[in-house]
This record gives sequence, C-alpha cells and structure tokens, in this order.
Amino acid sequence: MSLWMTRLSQPPGKRHTMVEKVTVTVDALQALLDQLKGRGYRVIGPTVRDQTIVYDEIDSLAELPRGWTDEQEGGHYRLVRREDDALFGFAVGPHSWKKFLHAPIVELWKVVRNGEDVSIVAESPPDQRFAFIGVRACELHAIAIQDRVLLGGQYPDSHYRARREGAFFVAINCGEAGGTCFCQSMNTGPAVESGYDISLTEIVTESGRSFVTEAGSEAGLQVLAALPRRPAMDEEIAQAKAVISRTAAAMGRQMRSDDLRELLERNLDHPRWDDVAKRCLTCGNCTMVCPTCFCTSVEDSSDLAGETASRSRRWDSCFTMDFSYIHGGSVRASARSRYRQWMTHKLAFWVDQFGTSGCVGCGRCITWCPVGIDITEEVRAIRDSGSTEG
Amino acid sequence: MHAPDAMLPRIARIRRRRRESAQVWTLDIEADGTEASGFAPGQFNMLTVFGVGEVPISLSGDPARGTQLVHTIRAVGPVSEALVQLKPGKELGLRGPFGVGWPMAEAAGRDVLLVAGGLGLAPLRPALYRLLAGRHRFGRVRLLYGARGPEDMLFRRELASWQRRADIDIEITVDHAPSGWTGHVGVVPTLIEHAAFDPGNSIALVCGPEIMMRFAIDALRRAGMADAAIYLSTERNMKCAIGQCGHCQFGPTFVCRDGPVFRYDRLRTFLGLKEI
Repeated sequence: MSLWMTRLSQPPGKRHTMVEKVTVTVDALQALLDQLKGRGYRVIGPTVRDQTIVYDEIDSLAELPRGWTDEQEGGHYRLVRREDDALFGFAVGPHSWKKFLHAPIVELWKVVRNGEDVSIVAESPPDQRFAFIGVRACELHAIAIQDRVLLGGQYPDSHYRARREGAFFVAINCGEAGGTCFCQSMNTGPAVESGYDISLTEIVTESGRSFVTEAGSEAGLQVLAALPRRPAMDEEIAQAKAVISRTAAAMGRQMRSDDLRELLERNLDHPRWDDVAKRCLTCGNCTMVCPTCFCTSVEDSSDLAGETASRSRRWDSCFTMDFSYIHGGSVRASARSRYRQWMTHKLAFWVDQFGTSGCVGCGRCITWCPVGIDITEEVRAIRDSGSTEG
Repeated sequence: MHAPDAMLPRIARIRRRRRESAQVWTLDIEADGTEASGFAPGQFNMLTVFGVGEVPISLSGDPARGTQLVHTIRAVGPVSEALVQLKPGKELGLRGPFGVGWPMAEAAGRDVLLVAGGLGLAPLRPALYRLLAGRHRFGRVRLLYGARGPEDMLFRRELASWQRRADIDIEITVDHAPSGWTGHVGVVPTLIEHAAFDPGNSIALVCGPEIMMRFAIDALRRAGMADAAIYLSTERNMKCAIGQCGHCQFGPTFVCRDGPVFRYDRLRTFLGLKEI
C-alpha cells in the first residue's frame, strides 16, 4: 500500500502510542536537514523573503525564520521580531505545500508529428522527492484533503501522485496561534496527529531551545535513529503538551463548524451574499493562498511551425469570469455568485463531494484578502441573522 | 501498476463531416481502442484540436455502432469553430467517454417522453437509437422537439424517416416559421401541454438550453409527472471531465462526474437559483 493510502487510513486523533519521544537539540536539526539531503530529498522549509515567511529550498538552519513571528489580521500581515530566537515561532504565510505537491503549472503532454505519424507524449513529473520541514497540523490536514480530491477518485492525478508519494514530512506543533487562525474550530490542530514522518515540538530548556520529537512512520524512525538524541524527560513532555494547550487557547478566530453544510444550503439566497459582494474584489487571492483549493484550467499552445502542440495545466480560481464561461456568457457573472460559490463549496458542498470540509482553519484567506473579508465573520453573519426557511 | 492517465488524449481522425445547419456540424470520428470501450447514451467525450484547445461534446451517434463516434457540434467558440473545420483524415485528440448518461434501464416498461430543444436533440439521439433497437421493451415513445426555425432542425432526414414510423410519435415545433410551414409554432413546453401521456407510468428525458429545460420541467410537473421521473442533461464549463478541475460544479455536484444527466429531484434545489 502506498504511503498516502496508509496516511489516509489512519483515524484522525490516533497517536502512535508506542513511539518513543526523544529530545533533540537545535544542532541535531541541522543533522536532520543534512541527512535528508543525503538521502536524496529536496529539502523545503520556511524562510524569510519579501517581508513574508515563504516555503522554499533550504540548506541550513540559518535560513529558517529564527527569531521572527508574524502579526496577522484581516488583510494584514507583518513580520515582527520575537523576544526569543525560536525557529518556528510564527504561524503560516502566503505559501502552502500545495505549491510543491499540486504545482501551479504542470506540463501535461505534447503531440509530436513525424510525417504522417502523430503521437501523444506524456510529460513525466520531475524525478524528485520532497522533504518538507515545519509542516503544521492544519497543513497536514489540507494535504490529506487534496489527497482525497486528486487521488481518491476513479482517475488519480499522476502528477500529484508522483510528487506526493515519496514526500517526507517533518511536522511542527504550533507554538504560536496566528491572529487569523481557527484550526481549533475545524478540528485540524494545533497538535499534529497523523500524516507525518517526524514531529517536533519546540520547547525552552535550561540548555536553550530543543525539540521534543516523535517518529510517525517507519521512514521517520530510520531518520530519527541516525540523529544525536536522548529520551525525552517527563518534564519536557509536559512542556511540549503545554505548548499545544497554550496555542489552542490563543486562536485568533473561531467558527462553529458542525452544521455548516446545512446552514449554507439553507441560505443560498441570503442577503449577506449581496453585502459581501460589495466588498469582494473577486481578485482570487483567497483561492491562491488556500491550501486545499485545487481548481485548475488547461492551456493549449503550439509552435510557430505547427509541428508540435502541447497542453499545460495551471491553478485557476472560481473568482474569474472565465471559470464558469459557457457559450453566451459566464454562469456566475456577479461577485455575489462567485463569492458564494467559493464559500459554499469550501464549507458545504465539499462534504458532498469528498466527505470532508474543504476548510482547515489556517486563516490564510482572511489574512491575504486585500479588503480583509473574514470567512468566519461571513458565516457568523448568516448564522446570527436567523437562517431563512428551506 | 497505475491506471492510464485520464488527462492524456488518444489520437482520433475525422472520417466524415456533414453540415446540419448554419452553425452546426456532425463529425464522425474513429479512434484506436474505441471498439472496446463503447459508450452509454448521454455520455460525452473531450475533443481536442491540437494547439487550440479542448471542449466537452456529447455523443450523438448510435451506441450499437461502437467503432464510429459521432458528435454534433455548434461552432460557437474558438475550439468548436476549429473542430468543425477539420477535414476528413485530420487528426484530433479524444478523451472519454465520461459521465452518467440517460436512465435506459429505468425507462424499461414505461412510456418514454423525450423533450429536446435546439442542439439538445444531439445527446438524446443515442437514447432514441437505443429505444428503437429494443422497441418492445418500452411503452409509447414520444419525441417533442423544438428548434428556432425549420432550417435549424438537426438530423432532418432521419427525423422525417422516424415520422413515418408507427412505433414513435414525433412532434416538432419552431419558434419562428417561414411561410409554408404547416407544423407547430411556439416553444417546446406548449407541446408538453398538448401531449397525451400517462404521467404515472412515464419517464421524461429533457435536454436543451437551461431556460427551456426549466419551463419544460414545469410543464411536465403540471401534467402530473413526479420529480423523480424527470431527467435532464446539464451543461457547464469543463476542463478535466474527471472531477478535478472544479469548473463544472452545479451546487454540490460535478456535472462531468455526477452528470451530465441528473434526476430532476436531485438538482431541484439548485436549478431554480440564479448563477449557481
């Protein structure tokens, strides 16, 4: 059974009870990066660029956002210096791991003409395995959701699968709740529970910063076994637990999520959609930063001589007019209908389609909305207005 | 071993091309491996003009003649215009068949009412072939077809030959009639109002522009048909046809995967909403 199937089949919330917790130092983390590189992984982690924390290839711990945190609100993101030198003392930035797993542009195939002979040549996914450093609980859930969308049906996506199957996940339990975070409401965090190879919790000890560490897979166990480590002390384990409880208690946002499917289906004609349409710029930022938004479009092109033609696939957004265009016009021409499409798909109809909500409560859509539209607030407005009969 | 990549087209070739009306053409195409797959009435293929693009087109031919894939196409955009200009022998890309088709098994033993508007006759034609091939298994078969004008009607020779048959009733109406037209004038729903059928033992297959389908369904319900006996074929933008690009959503459904044919009661909530 492939790795992703194993991960999907793990019931959420079930921990590897027999796995030993160990403590590793900051220096051991560098050894972890080196080891992953040595095993042929392309190591990707958080790093500061353009005044944000993005995910990109990293060589050393020095490239992590040490001592930085992020201040997030609706339409607001600022990097701020921390009082300590925590390596993972921030929430999530504009990037998500879908940038690597469900790549923004993928070449699908080309057609090659050789005299009378015409053939289709599939473009192979790049031959590389990713190791992701610092994956949050909400992001592991987002990946599990994209697994369902892109691999769970009758026609698994070969490009996503190639990138996904060999990936190695170093997860981090969140030590800071962002201002727009609400994973607690979506039951997707802040504690990482499954879908990782190694998990880390950053704690402060007498000797400085260290990490309470667990393996979550056979591969994780092997990698961990080669690192300098010692058994975690009870005090450290308690400290790690406290980190998670503190973060859970500090969520910037909340959203009741148990009845969203019914609430939104009952309110597809609610006046709040007109209200949000006055603010929404239909820019599509929310869909680009969302770790689960999966929509794509295809583009065909040919060379000038007409000898070859090719098709590529790129991220698309339900906020564009083109997205729903059929001859005669767009099905969803108004901002009202496009915002409604995005939000009802994410929170309600995703459940019909894939058996899970499409929202993990990461807060990116709130932070990166240029006018600060807040999905939790929009839901609350519909809920509090007394839903219409349906 | 992984399943073949559903995003990869096969090479197909135009075998025959004929004009139905000013904007509409019917293409017969042949592709490798087609014999094995077959298709169900109501299903569609994704057709590619290399270097131009890909569009979903319903199958309009006889499902019993599996080697010959027939598509009836209205040239309304860059891809469909390029498609209808492909000459016999030219190659195109083919993916499919995809989607859920007409409920042929459920139709057995019942009267079958086919309600078509404009190009909507194309996806219904495979169902008609199937009904006529197994004629004894069904009750009365009735086709109600509306076109803008007589010159916009599809499959005219075939319609004329079916009109001579005793085992199928065909009523045709046009929106605008030239002098000399002796048939019905008006929209399709008015044909439903005047058609005699047993609503309790009928199944209705409806395909046409969304607005026409809404009015046709209203007329069927007024005539006493149950929502669960009405089926309609829907249209949305499609890029992948396998439920992964997101474009064809219609409420909670993916038209490509859960449709294009839906039982009306399963889409009722959403069909009445603007811009859903």
